[in-house]
Amino acid sequence: MSNRDVIFAKIRKGLAAAAPVPEGRRAKIVADRIAAKHRHPTPARVAGKSHADHAALFRSQMEGQSATVLDAEKPSDVPGLISAYLRQHNLPARLATGDDAYLAALNWANEPALTLKRGHAQPADEVGLSRATAAVAETGTLVIASGADNPVTLNFLPETHIVVVEDQDVVGPYEEAWMKVRARFGDRAMPRTVNMISGPSRTADIGGKLVTGAHGPRRLCVIVVKSQQTAASPNNLTFARP
Amino acid sequence: MKPTTSAFKNNAYLALHDEQLQRALSGLPGGLVAQRSAARDRLPEFEDLRDVGRDIRDHTLEYLDLYLTEWERRAIAAGAHVHWAPTAADARGIIEHICRDAGAKIVTKGKSMLSEEIALNGHLEAQGLEVVETDLGEYLVQLRKEVPSHIIAPAIHLTQGQVEADFRRLHTHLPKDRVLVEAAQLVDEARQILRQKFIAADVGITGANFLIAETGSSIIVTNEGNGDLTQSLAKTHVVIASIDKVLPTLEDVSSILRLLARSATGQDFSTYTTFSTGPRRPGDPDGPLNYHVVVLDNGRSELLATEMREVLRCIRCGACMNHCPVYNAIGGHAYGWVYPGPIGAVLTPSLIGVKQAGDLPNASTFCGKCEAVCPMKIPLPKLMRLHRETEFDLGNLPWGYSLGLKTWAWIARRPRIYAIATRFAAALLGAAGGRNGAFRRLPFASGWTRHRDLPAPQGYTFQQLWREQQAGLERPTAARRTAG
Repeated sequence: MSNRDVIFAKIRKGLAAAAPVPEGRRAKIVADRIAAKHRHPTPARVAGKSHADHAALFRSQMEGQSATVLDAEKPSDVPGLISAYLRQHNLPARLATGDDAYLAALNWANEPALTLKRGHAQPADEVGLSRATAAVAETGTLVIASGADNPVTLNFLPETHIVVVEDQDVVGPYEEAWMKVRARFGDRAMPRTVNMISGPSRTADIGGKLVTGAHGPRRLCVIVVKSQQTAASPNNLTFARP
Repeated sequence: MKPTTSAFKNNAYLALHDEQLQRALSGLPGGLVAQRSAARDRLPEFEDLRDVGRDIRDHTLEYLDLYLTEWERRAIAAGAHVHWAPTAADARGIIEHICRDAGAKIVTKGKSMLSEEIALNGHLEAQGLEVVETDLGEYLVQLRKEVPSHIIAPAIHLTQGQVEADFRRLHTHLPKDRVLVEAAQLVDEARQILRQKFIAADVGITGANFLIAETGSSIIVTNEGNGDLTQSLAKTHVVIASIDKVLPTLEDVSSILRLLARSATGQDFSTYTTFSTGPRRPGDPDGPLNYHVVVLDNGRSELLATEMREVLRCIRCGACMNHCPVYNAIGGHAYGWVYPGPIGAVLTPSLIGVKQAGDLPNASTFCGKCEAVCPMKIPLPKLMRLHRETEFDLGNLPWGYSLGLKTWAWIARRPRIYAIATRFAAALLGAAGGRNGAFRRLPFASGWTRHRDLPAPQGYTFQQLWREQQAGLERPTAARRTAG
């Protein structure tokens, strides 16, 4: 018997001893459960709230986790906001970023001092720039899907992480973020990595004292971009908001 | 990890007299208690969510074979290598093999209690590998050649002063006169050292908080980002998960994640919750080229047919130990194996046997706080009591203890004899206790009186007082009824 068979035989024996249910019915229960993607109750802090409420809650939760949240009235404001943020924190005007089409289409020419380096993060990179698939209001959590557009190392190697998210991608509960991930990658499929990020990295392992900037970024800056009706977005496979 | 559970009494005695440990313990778990309470108060649905969480876990365990099969199918479709390990030795062998195939020299590790359970580090080191723990608390514990004393705060037994001393003793390549006053300076020093290890590592090993049947994903939850650097920079990512970690859907894990961080650290959400599905995809510029998941049983399947099945709902938040008066007094190491506190008192005897770990479920006051805070509503005191029964049935107890219990059982099952015996004892001890109302020393109770006085009975038994009080209350109730 293979190792796998040994384990499954023991599990089935243990379950059969406790409550024998016909095999066919069991298989249907499991298949139905996965297909139905049944939602459990969502917290009142987001359930039935307006998009404006979600946006406000996202901001306050994110700020409560030591992150900076900036608003861009339109996509073309983003490069200027990034420049100002980097200057304010005395950081180099060099960004490591992936091939995200939305980010690439921003008018970087307006900020000639900023240089963009395409590809995944290198140890020497000080600032990473990513785009989030969704932003969850209930706990102030970014959802970033990995790929050539947003390489996973950008989220962790640089000391400063700047994340752009469109206002229309701010959702209430986690479950809404999964709808966006499914819309992009398909049912029952995921990219290699989905990172849910709530603030800069932190630890309390030394004497119980909270220190921001453990192994990952010391700073997290989120830029929420007011959605433009005409803005072309390759990731924009989202559901219409009710 | 080799258990020292059979030396529990001595371990606990030493812990109570360890001044450094007592200093480290004072206030730390207490802080986590206050933070959890505040997080719970911010989410009015928290108590309802505990029922949801319990039901999700019960459902998944009921169909465990099928959910594991579904998870495996999706994981393999995404390019994962799935390995099944019935025992700790099987898991060690599989991981050793993966490391050898990868030509590994340096292995980085994210935090994993399961890797402690299978004693992975020592095994890989014996094969000539450099194994580096990257969670800061785990790193501190590894530097000191210790083991974690808490499942989410492995170095909770250490003071900042001890960490500074260890860094000065062991980081000898750094200037001797460097300033290490603030916790942040110590964190920075570890960050610089471990950064080099992340970059140099050939294999990155992490645990898994959950597996998702819907998508074939594994999940890690961290605050430091060390797990993500571990699994994203090495060519090979190895996940080690136990069979009970699987959940049906992303909706299910969302509900349970609402409970996890709040119960553990009192955060609304941990900083990083990471879903990994297969290795890097065509076109991806980074991420591991190989993704292995080792699924370990190690005795868990045998609990499914027993009342101990409920312990498999555990999501390893640590709330039970933070709230436990025994854990707060003796810390985690005294428990003698991987899992300390109330969850350890239930899980350890379940996995390594009551014969070896029977003292752990005895180390409880049954105050019930652990069950009251458990996000998965595991009836920990009930399960400890079941272990106590097993221990008694095994005849594993010292003869005096066993005889005492048998005598007690004989008397307690005969109400009339019980009433007479207790009335006699209460009157006798009440008189002997004298004016102080307490004993400084008492034969057969030196285990108690060595540390504190034993309050003497006040001369009457509970039954006597109860009867009198009932009789006293009878009249006003009757009077009210007549008056109404």
